[in-house]
Amino acid sequence: MTTEQTKTPVNTSTDQDQRVLTYSQAINEALDQEMARDESVFVMGEDVAIYGGAYGVTRGLLDKYGEERIRDTGISEAAIVGAGIGAAITGMRPVVEIMYVDFMSLVMDQLCNQAAKLRYMFGGKTKVPLTIRTEGGAGRTLGAHHSQSLESWFMHIPGIKVVMPATPYDAKGLLLSSIRDDNTVVYIEHKMLYNSKGLVPEDDYTIPIGKADVKRPGKDVTVLSYSRQLLFCQEAAEELAGEGIDVEIVDLRTLLPLDVETIVESIRKTSRAVIVEEDTITGGAGAEIGMRIMEEAFDYLDAPVKRVAGADVPMPKSPVLEALAIPSKESIIEGIREVLP
Amino acid sequence: MTKSSKKDQPAGTKSPESELTCSKEQAQHYLRQMMHIRKFEDGMMDLMTKNIAQGGSHLYAGEEAVAVGAMAALQPDDYIASTHRGHGHCIAKGGKLNELMAEILGKATGCCRGKGGSLHLADVSTGNLGANGVVAGGLGIATGAGLSIKMRGDDKVVICFFGDGAMNEGIVHECMNMAAKWTLPVIYLVENNLYGMSVAIARSSRLEDHAKRAIAYDMPSSTVDGQDVLAVRDATATCVEHARSGKGPSLLIANTYRYYGHSRSDPRAYRTREEEAYWKDRDPIKLFSAHCTDIGLLSEKEIQALDAGTTEDIEQAIRFAIDSPLPDPSELCTDVYA
Ligand SMILES: Cc1ncc(C[n+]2csc(CCOP(=O)(O)OP(=O)(O)O)c2C)c(N)n1
Ligand SMILES: [Mg+2]
Repeated sequence: MTTEQTKTPVNTSTDQDQRVLTYSQAINEALDQEMARDESVFVMGEDVAIYGGAYGVTRGLLDKYGEERIRDTGISEAAIVGAGIGAAITGMRPVVEIMYVDFMSLVMDQLCNQAAKLRYMFGGKTKVPLTIRTEGGAGRTLGAHHSQSLESWFMHIPGIKVVMPATPYDAKGLLLSSIRDDNTVVYIEHKMLYNSKGLVPEDDYTIPIGKADVKRPGKDVTVLSYSRQLLFCQEAAEELAGEGIDVEIVDLRTLLPLDVETIVESIRKTSRAVIVEEDTITGGAGAEIGMRIMEEAFDYLDAPVKRVAGADVPMPKSPVLEALAIPSKESIIEGIREVLP
Repeated sequence: MTKSSKKDQPAGTKSPESELTCSKEQAQHYLRQMMHIRKFEDGMMDLMTKNIAQGGSHLYAGEEAVAVGAMAALQPDDYIASTHRGHGHCIAKGGKLNELMAEILGKATGCCRGKGGSLHLADVSTGNLGANGVVAGGLGIATGAGLSIKMRGDDKVVICFFGDGAMNEGIVHECMNMAAKWTLPVIYLVENNLYGMSVAIARSSRLEDHAKRAIAYDMPSSTVDGQDVLAVRDATATCVEHARSGKGPSLLIANTYRYYGHSRSDPRAYRTREEEAYWKDRDPIKLFSAHCTDIGLLSEKEIQALDAGTTEDIEQAIRFAIDSPLPDPSELCTDVYA
């Protein structure tokens, strides 16, 4: 996939500093720059060093920073995150990689019972500046154990943050913010975005965690999305624009904390909302987002909130079934039409 | 098997190959299965290169003697738990080539109706409890099957396959401890191909002799040449006998090598071409073919016939898979619940 992101970043320097990078390169650059800037930052995970990461994101870092700071681990997810927590509360800023979000199931105790709760349990006297980079989503017909979208699991845990960038620009800025954040951040990449391209400034910039971004202004309907589905929403919006339907796309970028203010502001303008998410619909991210809309923006709505989401099934292998299990441009267009007058 | 105390007679270290024997029918069966697996995997690589097979596939080429030797020590109704590198296990346990190939292509005629794919390949009718996309994901399943066998009073055993890399997952140790305490009929069979993806075994563990891990659970263990199908069969048979006679679990390490990269795009920067050549020289099919002709068990001509026959079988399976229909969209939401 090579969808060009043409949007000009808002909070950075001039266009001349920007190069076209892939999502993968943007993440790599953030790691590189932060490791150069801060000695307490190190990377560990399965196949992150010699191999450069299952999807190549950490390529080149071993040569630059050596085995001490780019650490290949055994296949021991719970220990990777657990040791990350221990290092984080004692002065380091680890960036650990869990190869597939599907394997986050193996770290849930460390993440939910330890990382998320230490600070609160100890009366605010400790902090856990840990970043967990992982990668999820369907699209490569890898089946039920390598294709899930599990963001809603983490949204349910107070004490951690959940970041899901859709563009190379956001990927870099949000990773820098995640590493610098004094809390545990689950930073979820999408396997189908790694080769997508966009403009990325060379210098150091951060994007605030918890801030959504209006990727496309419009007046007829608000589409709320994040990660890869954002690209499908953009395609859907383009097509509907041809019919004179003006879609506003809000890229949530962070799911926890959720930028309710930007969501409400957009709905106030459009009076209609569609949530597009790849995760399974029941208890998914959209359930929380939709309820927030009910609580904060009900008065502005002219139609019920609509969700376009993944089917409630384990991800099937077969390419035909996999494509049906997640939203598509077509199903998004259909969803948008449902809320229009 | 070497009891951790080392007082028992070591077994499975009984090579050279020439000392080990089998009947002519067995020899043909082992060779046919190994050739099926090799050609199935070479065919998969070709299908992946042509983009006919999408998604990942972890190929078993090079490791054939482990699956074939291990299965040769089992009865048909014994169980196995497989791994992400599971094609060889499926074939050796008696899965139908056509249905396995169709499954990997995500076709309706696949053994899991196109829902599982390579990472979840299993013909469950053969006692295969399933491949697993999660490394070490089969450990609990195999241990629980062992528990069920014991509680139901069945005369079965379970082979739990997993990799050298998987040994570093916590559940491996939780399960071995449980099985040892409850004397469950489980054979923990490690396919030690020296790497977990790109990480050499020596880079993820201080242990050189991984059979030692069994000491922690007071469980017998042994190590076998995984390129020697008869040695694997006999070492497994010792473990199977131990389990079937109610003595409990054991750990068997089979030393082997995977020929292909971990995935299609793997440049194999973590290992040398010399090391690859060394292992390809110890090719399980080549070794066993030579053994069979050396001792006059099979003629060159008989081996050629097996070669031609297995080529035809795999070509037929590929044609079947390619010509098969994709699942109907209505299949999306079926089978979620019983
Ligand atoms: C829990 C988990 N972690 C990581 C992976 C990614 N992964 C797939 S295969 C593999 C290497 C496994 O090594 P090993 O157990 O030695 O088996 P081999 O591939 O060598 O047969 C890894 C890390 C996974 N599938 N599951
Ligand atoms: Mg291995």
